[in-house]
Amino acid sequence: MHAQESPYIVTYDHYLEEPGSLEVEYYSTFGTQRGGNDFHAFWAEFEYGVKAWWTTEFYVDGQTTFHDSTVFTGIRWENRFRPLQREHFINPVIYIEYEQTKGGDKILKEVEGHDVQSDYAVPNAVADKELDHELELKLLLSRQVKGWNIALNTLSTKNVSPDNPWEFGYALGASRPLALKASPKRCNLCAENFNLGVEMYGGLGDARSFGLHDTSHYLAPVGALNLPSGWTLRLSPGFGLNDNSHRFLLRWGASREFSGFGEIVGRIFGGGR
Amino acid sequence: MRSKRECLVSIGVWLLAVMGLLALDISPGLAQQGKAENEQQVHAVITKVPEKDRVRPNPLESDPDAVAAGGKLFEQHCAECHGKKAEGTRRAPTLLGRDVQQATPGALFWVVTNGVVRRGMPVWSKLPEPERWQIVTFLKSWKASQNDKERGR
Repeated sequence: MHAQESPYIVTYDHYLEEPGSLEVEYYSTFGTQRGGNDFHAFWAEFEYGVKAWWTTEFYVDGQTTFHDSTVFTGIRWENRFRPLQREHFINPVIYIEYEQTKGGDKILKEVEGHDVQSDYAVPNAVADKELDHELELKLLLSRQVKGWNIALNTLSTKNVSPDNPWEFGYALGASRPLALKASPKRCNLCAENFNLGVEMYGGLGDARSFGLHDTSHYLAPVGALNLPSGWTLRLSPGFGLNDNSHRFLLRWGASREFSGFGEIVGRIFGGGR
Repeated sequence: MRSKRECLVSIGVWLLAVMGLLALDISPGLAQQGKAENEQQVHAVITKVPEKDRVRPNPLESDPDAVAAGGKLFEQHCAECHGKKAEGTRRAPTLLGRDVQQATPGALFWVVTNGVVRRGMPVWSKLPEPERWQIVTFLKSWKASQNDKERGR
């Protein structure tokens, strides 16, 4: 079993991991930096479908800043819950994440608050000293219309330390497979295996100064190739939409789904009968 | 140094938590449940399909490629849980039972689209509508071939 994966890298649709399946994912982001060194940030994700209505995910992040150093930048634990049992006009998913990241975190998995590109020019030796504990809440809304997926995510993040306000952000996405009907033959490069789209994401300020001033925004075409073997390859060139944004972000990733993983581990723990 | 230790402890705790969640999956599998109970569950799902969806015709019924394409999709997305020959596994019931075989194409399409989330079947609306109809065409082709065999006897 493998899912038809969406091409999004930042935006989430309302589909969760199939129960018992483990998806192992690797992603990279290359970013250009004004007034500093370009960087390559990378992360691994371990996404597990606990139930058909609950997916849990663990992340490990790092980055290399060119002419500086490579550092481990943090971990994240994400949970997504589907409150409604059936498909509706709009399908909500509740997202809760705890993250423990260093100041040098550059994966840009989400853009929030007044995040601007100059924040990322700090040398790793300095940024490495800052350790943030954040709680992130998202409302993921998504629907299918004539083969298109349309998704809207709103996010709010709170640094656990009391003097930091809630920060806000958004992500929008639209995507569609190249063909809506499957071909009768097994094939790797059939049109139905390609999924193309676009996503846009950015910050919306914080609770003290909500709005678009001093925020960064990106527009990124996205593409995915879902191979019948269970591998998915993704590519997304992203473009900064204002002076506060990195000019260019190139993201790519590969993921592999392992179905029946939960059953195997359950057997090891004596749960499977 | 202290933050590194904290980090490692956190990773360990989270990994243990995730492993714990996996270990919690101790419910008896569907294969262990009685055939009758299995049939009852499937019957309950099929009977919940709204009337307007039940009577929806299959637009790909006469598409010559639909059975083969549906078979391919079944193998990719459904066989892991329902079995390669739809015989059922500990994770999902057989699709060869009377309720499924006698269900209308519209009812099967509705179940594929909406899943049975509480019982572990995810929604499959992520597959484009024509692909879901191809799967339905494949499922219904078993009944057609079975009828052909019976007529030939």
